[in-house]
Amino acid sequence: MGQANPLLSFEHVTKDFYENVVLHDVCFDLRGGEILGLVGENGAGKTTLMRILFGMSVIAQTGGYQGRVCIEGEEVRFASPFDALEAGIGMVHQEFSLIPGFTTTENILLNREDMKPTLLNAVFGDRLSVLDRAAMRRKAEAAIARLGVKLDPDTLVSEMPVGHKQFTEIAREINRENTRILVLDEPTAVLTETEAEVLLESLRRLAAQDIAIIFISHRLHEVLRVADRLVVLRDGKKVKDTPVAGVTVRDVASWMVGREVSAERAPEAAEQALGPDLLAVEHLWVDMPGETVRDVSFTVRQGEIFGIGGLAGQGKLGIPNGIMGLFPAGGTIRFQGRPLPLNSPRAVLERGLGFVSEDRRGVGLLLDEGLDWNLAFTAMQIRGQYLRPLLGGLVRVRDERGMRKLTEEYVRMLDIKCQSPRQKAKELSGGNQQKVCLARAFAVKPRLLFVSEPTRGIDVGAKKLVLDALRRANRESGTTIVMVSSELEELRAVCDRVAIVDEGRIAGILSPQADLSDFGLLMAGERAAQEAHHA
Amino acid sequence: MRNLRQLVTDFGWPRIIIFLFLVLLFLGAPFVRVRIDASIADVLNRFGQNGVFVLAMVPMIQSGCGLNFGLSFGIIAGLLGATLSMQFGWHGFLGFFGAIALAAPFAVLLGWLYGKLLNKVKGEEMTIAMYVGFAGVMFMCIMWLLLPYTSPNMVWGYAGKGLRTTITVEGYWLRILNDFLAIRVGEFFVIPTGLLLFVGLCAALMWLFLRTKTGTAMTAVGSNPIYARASGISVDRMRTISVILSTVLGAVGILVYEQSFGFIQLYTAPLTMPLAAVAAILIGGASINKASMLNVVVGAFLFQGLLTMTPSVINSALQTDMSEVIRIIVSNGMILYALTRKTKAAS
Repeated sequence: MGQANPLLSFEHVTKDFYENVVLHDVCFDLRGGEILGLVGENGAGKTTLMRILFGMSVIAQTGGYQGRVCIEGEEVRFASPFDALEAGIGMVHQEFSLIPGFTTTENILLNREDMKPTLLNAVFGDRLSVLDRAAMRRKAEAAIARLGVKLDPDTLVSEMPVGHKQFTEIAREINRENTRILVLDEPTAVLTETEAEVLLESLRRLAAQDIAIIFISHRLHEVLRVADRLVVLRDGKKVKDTPVAGVTVRDVASWMVGREVSAERAPEAAEQALGPDLLAVEHLWVDMPGETVRDVSFTVRQGEIFGIGGLAGQGKLGIPNGIMGLFPAGGTIRFQGRPLPLNSPRAVLERGLGFVSEDRRGVGLLLDEGLDWNLAFTAMQIRGQYLRPLLGGLVRVRDERGMRKLTEEYVRMLDIKCQSPRQKAKELSGGNQQKVCLARAFAVKPRLLFVSEPTRGIDVGAKKLVLDALRRANRESGTTIVMVSSELEELRAVCDRVAIVDEGRIAGILSPQADLSDFGLLMAGERAAQEAHHA
Repeated sequence: MRNLRQLVTDFGWPRIIIFLFLVLLFLGAPFVRVRIDASIADVLNRFGQNGVFVLAMVPMIQSGCGLNFGLSFGIIAGLLGATLSMQFGWHGFLGFFGAIALAAPFAVLLGWLYGKLLNKVKGEEMTIAMYVGFAGVMFMCIMWLLLPYTSPNMVWGYAGKGLRTTITVEGYWLRILNDFLAIRVGEFFVIPTGLLLFVGLCAALMWLFLRTKTGTAMTAVGSNPIYARASGISVDRMRTISVILSTVLGAVGILVYEQSFGFIQLYTAPLTMPLAAVAAILIGGASINKASMLNVVVGAFLFQGLLTMTPSVINSALQTDMSEVIRIIVSNGMILYALTRKTKAAS
């Protein structure tokens, strides 16, 4: 029966967000009792695909999707996640959605509690029924038993280790009688290795009970161990749909990242003469929520463009933010041979470092002020520029004309589309805002510039302009650049060396010409594991 | 036409409506036998009296600390300055500017402490400020009784110690600013030149300050504290400076108010004074994190204008004596209205 109609199938699913295609003609099936590993880089389209499956409102709000999603051959188009739950699809999210003050049982049976009628029902109706705690506990225990794990039904969620929270989430999904498809989005990301082991074990147990599972993970070896079949997404396209047997982590890694490099390397790049070490980072740790850096050491040479890549959440963003003093950090950093104080943005800026933040709107811009303010502010505060004496030098006030000139210069240079230099930053498009952020950093004339996700969320034309501006600053003004980006392709096109960060550490530093699969392996944190195997 | 519409949008409908209402009150005044010239003089006077208070709101708004509901600290410092100056028996300009000089160190100290506190409660500044302000006023109620003032003009006559609730500044520095270069036109109309000049001077200094490096940094802190921090600005330091500045202006403000009003009011009098200033600047069109000199002038004028005209016109129209009741209703109504209008510039 399963042969004729797969349990779940995606047929030619295409989705774009404002003409930015994120899913292109994706087709694959899922059979009952099968575990499907879904892998891809950040932005490959995994999350969007799952949102379509769940009928999340964001999909409909952005113009819906083309193609069909079928369950047992019938097309479904869920209007909301509730319909998806109704149809037997369960989802375990990356972030826990549990109530901390409730027990395991209460969380598992949330909104599906068993009721016991009381005398008051006769008068006030069903709303005054009381919870049937014994029945609830039985059901919770049954769900936990199906998972095959040890969980105390009476522990408060707030007092559990993370692993148990993850299991509670899964138990809640399988408690629903009709759950046939379970989607797990990075379920092992927060787990220790032994906990992950137990989780994979219970997934197989669930699959044996004819529940189909979509398993999304960046930990490729786990996917290969637990999944029956593997679907690889890259740039919104399905690039591989294969049984897992015989596939190695290296294969998957190269499928994930292997793409035509569109931004071609400038040929003269390799001949760039590099100077002495400019920045030496030793044992840096940074406490940046979601991007923790644990122990990072590297050196950047004068005149170099140094790339830092890696998957989201592994700590690559923490490195520039930590060095620039925006988040608590520790370790030793030497700049031009002298130690650089940590946790003091001003001292770092005064020493000639600059930063273009990945968080444009939050950190990078004064949204309510004009472009002239945005550009000149840091230069004014750090270098004392754009101030003119008044009342015979008694006070120094803003030199509005100088600020205007500066702004006009950069508007021309970076082709910033705006109505006037005084236009508010929030009125510009994302790409132009990014150019303003770059201009602000250039205006301070830094010796070393950190650029974090310079092309995130901007269109292709603006991307090229931004990357060209960085290259030009490097070649013409001799600015050393450390570029942090999720886009490997872009790092390979611009940088002289690329470091890959994994779990808060540098997994390796590669030449941009290195094999793509090597990058993929480093990103998936597989290098160490592989070497261990070879040894 | 488009320019006009743009002008109207910039100025804001609430201000236009209040302004038209004020004009209406002026037009209606002669019919109920309220003299227009006396009314205008009154409005000008009250505008000057309260202008510095409204100005005191600006630095804290610009630095993102919100509206200074704790202006009472500035007022307390000002009262200390006023009573000390009187205790020393200083008269005339020496008395007034001496009072400012004596109040300044208290204002700086109180502002510094108050700023420290506000830095610890980011996001909740306004509620905390209000209650701390109240507590400060209440604490001073004890101190006014205990502090060893001896000037017979100030202490209770029967006990010989403890300050009176109301102390006249007559004979010391009554109307010292108001009468400076005052222009008298007819019996009822006087332009308090000195007062207006002083307020204008304060506003000009504030305008200038906001254009300095520090002032620019302060504005940036209010606009986006994280951006400011990433540009090497100490957010807490800027906020503290703004609070100190606001408190000092509060101290100057109460002295300007007293010299025009004629009395030093102690004990619970400062309790609700911050509210009027808060309401005025909001009516002037300031948001919680952006305020300009124009907001100050327009706000002080509209708020005080309405507060002057409504009771007198309505009172005369109804031929009863309930001006005080109407004044309370109008001023609290305006405060209520203004607080519902408070907006964040960033949206």
